[in-house]
Amino acid sequence: MTITQAQIEEIIELEYNIHLFKVKSPDIANFINPGEFLNIRISELFVPLLRRPFSVCDVEGDFFFVMFNTMGTGTKLMALKKPGEFLDVMGPLGKGFKYKDDFDRAVIIGGGLGVAPFPFLTKKLKGIKEISTFIGGRTKSDVITYGLENIFISTDDGSYGFKGNVIQLLEKDFGKIQNEKLKIFACGPTPMLIGVKEFAEKNNIGCELSTECVMACGFGICQGCPIQSTKDEDKYLLVCKDGPVFNSEDVVL
Amino acid sequence: MNKEDLSVNIGSLKLRNPIMLASGTVGYGSEISEFIDLKKIGAIVTKSISLKPRKGNKPQRVLETSAGMLNAIGLTNVGVEKFIAEKIPFLKKQDVPIICNIAASTLEEYVECVKILNYEDGIHAFEINVSCPNVKEGGLQFGNNEKMVGKITKEIRSCTNKPIIIKLSPNVANISEFAETAKKEGADAVSAINTLIGTSFNIKNRKPKLKNIIGGLSGPAIKPIALAKIFEIHQKVKIPIIGIGGIMNWQDAVEFMIAGASAIQLGTVNFIDPTAAIKILNGLTEYCKGNKIQKISSLTGSYQLD
Repeated sequence: MTITQAQIEEIIELEYNIHLFKVKSPDIANFINPGEFLNIRISELFVPLLRRPFSVCDVEGDFFFVMFNTMGTGTKLMALKKPGEFLDVMGPLGKGFKYKDDFDRAVIIGGGLGVAPFPFLTKKLKGIKEISTFIGGRTKSDVITYGLENIFISTDDGSYGFKGNVIQLLEKDFGKIQNEKLKIFACGPTPMLIGVKEFAEKNNIGCELSTECVMACGFGICQGCPIQSTKDEDKYLLVCKDGPVFNSEDVVL
Repeated sequence: MNKEDLSVNIGSLKLRNPIMLASGTVGYGSEISEFIDLKKIGAIVTKSISLKPRKGNKPQRVLETSAGMLNAIGLTNVGVEKFIAEKIPFLKKQDVPIICNIAASTLEEYVECVKILNYEDGIHAFEINVSCPNVKEGGLQFGNNEKMVGKITKEIRSCTNKPIIIKLSPNVANISEFAETAKKEGADAVSAINTLIGTSFNIKNRKPKLKNIIGGLSGPAIKPIALAKIFEIHQKVKIPIIGIGGIMNWQDAVEFMIAGASAIQLGTVNFIDPTAAIKILNGLTEYCKGNKIQKISSLTGSYQLD
């Protein structure tokens, strides 16, 4: 874990309001794993005060990528940055995906901007495991396919791909892959993660979920981001330190 | 060659410099030790310890506000037993004075905690949390009740010789009277201020954003309030004050000392920059050098009112 001033190399607009930053930092790029995250201080001033967490989207040599849309003050200011400017980055943080387990096909499920951590995971899995990627969005412009492989798409309004949610799409296409040894990797809004968890348990498939919670520090000292443990009723786990990626059986959503 | 004397005395507690890390913002030291060498700082105040472990509040627990943040953690902690077995040994190895912050729901629980922890030679002082706004019993209730603060101080005084610091609530009209009571009942120092109570609502579903509804406001937003409370205590009561409340840089630290603080605690800034303590220490050293201040303790209460 380090805190470093990392220079923005390139900014790519993937869709309206969806930005991809390519940032140079060997200290982070050489050590970070898929599913881990970075906590970025966007301004030296006091608004926004806290760092903002971003999943690592991809890594290329000494560069890491983050993908985000503008939501509040922090991401709005972030979107105003230009190539050449520096970001104050803390990371790598948290625990990422365990993708070296015994399985044949990775079933990647992303809802909206929940696809953010998957280009890097896809890169690590490619050539080693089979991959099926299911992406859900409200409408066509929510669907980001950057860096993904073997993609199946659903939209709530039917403007792109299957009309319905990503779990329904998965149920529909599941027959083709259900005899293989599968592992699910999912990231997206909590209702989607709940659906994925149920699907994984019903079909007895190993499953990891990348969760989200408002956090202050990102490295375990503020205790601000609890998530209920299934194993111990008296215990919360911390999204920032014990996660953000959890085995779906270990947490209550 | 470093000629400046940065050491400060808080009653019988001697610190190598006035920079302390505030309770609840450094856990038990292990995470922050990945960023800084703890033995360089004055002292670490551990996360509030209660007699039994506490799970804490349901999420959402934190929320950013304008130049500040609200928290309603709910005193999550491992309990006295595990604290002694697992947390103190690590801190002792770091060679940093440990100030143990204690929270409780009853007077008896405070006493019990202090009695147990009094045997720990690694603990240099107790900071008594009578002002946490985020739990149903104790905390704020005690902090707003001057008689109760007096009673707690008196009882704890009777069972320890270690320095006692009472952490005062800013959510009162007359903080100096609380400081006076703490002094009268045997406290060695007060720390001021704890967080201010605050809340926030979601305008779409009209629900409070924090599950606990009420939280504690911290960060640079509360700095002017903290300074005013410290100044009030300094003018009215002769007791060492440990200043807390939105300190972000060395200039803030100097300002707190001028207002009356003998030492300062860093809180919210640790979440944003866990190396802040070292930067502030370097800044204070340079400030003393540049202004020919031989003893940093001479800054305390050095305001010029005319």
